[in-house]
Amino acid sequence: MTISATRTVSLPPGVVVAPQLPELLLPVKVRRGFAGFLGNHPTVAIGGALLLLLVFVAVFAPYLGTVDPTALAPARRTRAPSADFWFGTDLLGRDIYSRVLYGARVSLTVGLSVATLASLSGLAIGLVSGFVRWADGIVMRFMDGLMSIPPILLAIALMALTRGSVGNVILAITVAEIPRVSRLVRGVVLSLREQPYVDAAVASGTRTPMIILRHILPNTLAPMLVQATYICASAMIVESILSFIGAGTPPTIPSWGNIMAEGRALWQVKPYIVFFPAAFLSVTVLAVNLVGDGLRDALDPRMAKGL
Amino acid sequence: MLSYILRRILATMPVMAIVALFVFSLLYIAPGDPAVVIAGDQASPADVERIRQSLGLDQPFLVRFGTWFWHILHFDLGTSIFTNLPVSALIAQRIEPTLSLMALTLILTIIVAVPLGVAAAWKAGSWVDRAIMSFAVFGFSLPVFVVGYVLAYVFALELDWLPVQGYTPLAQGVWPWLQNLILPALALGCVYIALIARITRASMLEVLQQDYIRTARAKGLGQRSILFIHALKNAAVPIVTVIGIGIALLIGGAVVTESVFAIPGLGRLTVDAILRRDYPVIQGIVLLFSFIYVLVNLLVDLTYTLVDPRIRY
Repeated sequence: MTISATRTVSLPPGVVVAPQLPELLLPVKVRRGFAGFLGNHPTVAIGGALLLLLVFVAVFAPYLGTVDPTALAPARRTRAPSADFWFGTDLLGRDIYSRVLYGARVSLTVGLSVATLASLSGLAIGLVSGFVRWADGIVMRFMDGLMSIPPILLAIALMALTRGSVGNVILAITVAEIPRVSRLVRGVVLSLREQPYVDAAVASGTRTPMIILRHILPNTLAPMLVQATYICASAMIVESILSFIGAGTPPTIPSWGNIMAEGRALWQVKPYIVFFPAAFLSVTVLAVNLVGDGLRDALDPRMAKGL
Repeated sequence: MLSYILRRILATMPVMAIVALFVFSLLYIAPGDPAVVIAGDQASPADVERIRQSLGLDQPFLVRFGTWFWHILHFDLGTSIFTNLPVSALIAQRIEPTLSLMALTLILTIIVAVPLGVAAAWKAGSWVDRAIMSFAVFGFSLPVFVVGYVLAYVFALELDWLPVQGYTPLAQGVWPWLQNLILPALALGCVYIALIARITRASMLEVLQQDYIRTARAKGLGQRSILFIHALKNAAVPIVTVIGIGIALLIGGAVVTESVFAIPGLGRLTVDAILRRDYPVIQGIVLLFSFIYVLVNLLVDLTYTLVDPRIRY
């Protein structure tokens, strides 16, 4: 180890220049700010960029060279992809490029709405259950029962009883996701309750609603946010599965699941009808999962090492 | 141990009762008149009335639930509105392909995912680890029908190695049966493999830092014996737990996989029932799968003692 000799100023007697720190002990260069955060977590940056692109595509679908996605044209059925029809046309002569772009709206709406609704309801149920002792037993037994029904089947059963619409799809998937979120929030609340700062708040006479609002809620947000991204990804997959088997979005609305369902009969001869919506769905889900993984690593460094 | 098993079985009873109550009351929770929705748009008032009576919607809720639950306890799941056959008979006809598919997928997943996860943890940080974990993220993001179509296109249509669609009962020979199930099982297993590989890696990483692993290394044990005997056995509890929870993914995915590969199983029965709005059939299938799910997780709890003798009941 070399001793820094850069300072030529004469030092008072008894004062020694600190030796230069070895490489390992030097402070880690932390990039700050939003750009710095993205630099530290490239998966969030990549996933977020992809997701922004898809949101852009969904919002501006009418201006991206699309035609009416529901316009029938029997004269040009099942055309292969070409300069005129970028992704080809389907059984009824509808332009698949337009349908896929408009389909992004359905997937993103369902994903984001389910993530928001399920998180908020789960948060409310989890907070109550974690704080109100007598309610905990009842609520959690009920959630255990609900959790024993595989989520896709629960959504199928709910959809079988209502008319197909985007709103009902969102509700059905939300109901299926709530038990898992409530469990997560309840677990976090139960461990937070034992923290000394909660004891301190109780001792100084803070009312329970205030404790929940000021001390518990902010600490549940990080795991909630990560969970919400995974819910979003799974909701988009469940929506496409429901539409694919005919229990989701009504066939009049172009959604990725519907386009695939219509292409199913012909997939051996016209694979492109299934391919394009499938590719868009996979990329979207991948983007959301990348954001989720990145957020998890950023918000919980202990998990970052593990998973 | 025996008393523990009995207690656990008793504890699953209320859960199953809540599932039954919930599945049953869905009919009443759903907005609108369920008889009208199930009958569809072209139904005459007489049809609606017939469905109302066959579902017992004209009777009070508790009376109806009581009789229904009593029937369930006698394995009577009701009668299909469309075919007028008992739901339990319909399920019995279709259960073999679905159980075969799920069992094969489960075996395939464990054979593939656990070694992948162990390899990733052993070479943590290297390109092997990164490749396996990238695969896991992709596997987790690819919807089951996308994987299904890609596999069927490549291995059945282009290479012509395996049949594209269909199912051959096990009674007609193991190889024809297996041939039809390999691609569906791979497609269905993709998400599951990703999930188990991730949890195996995480669990192994934690165990590999323990003192007894260092001791094992110090006394000169081989790498394989350290990884698979000392480490994996101690890392097994979380892995087995996630295998149990993941069965839910398998059940949901089976419905879609059967549609893609034209397998005449419970998934196809579900899809047909949805198109015909045959609610008693859907109800029966949901109940059956929930029961299987609860049962599998009960078995998982009981296997903890096998993988970890320190857990005693």
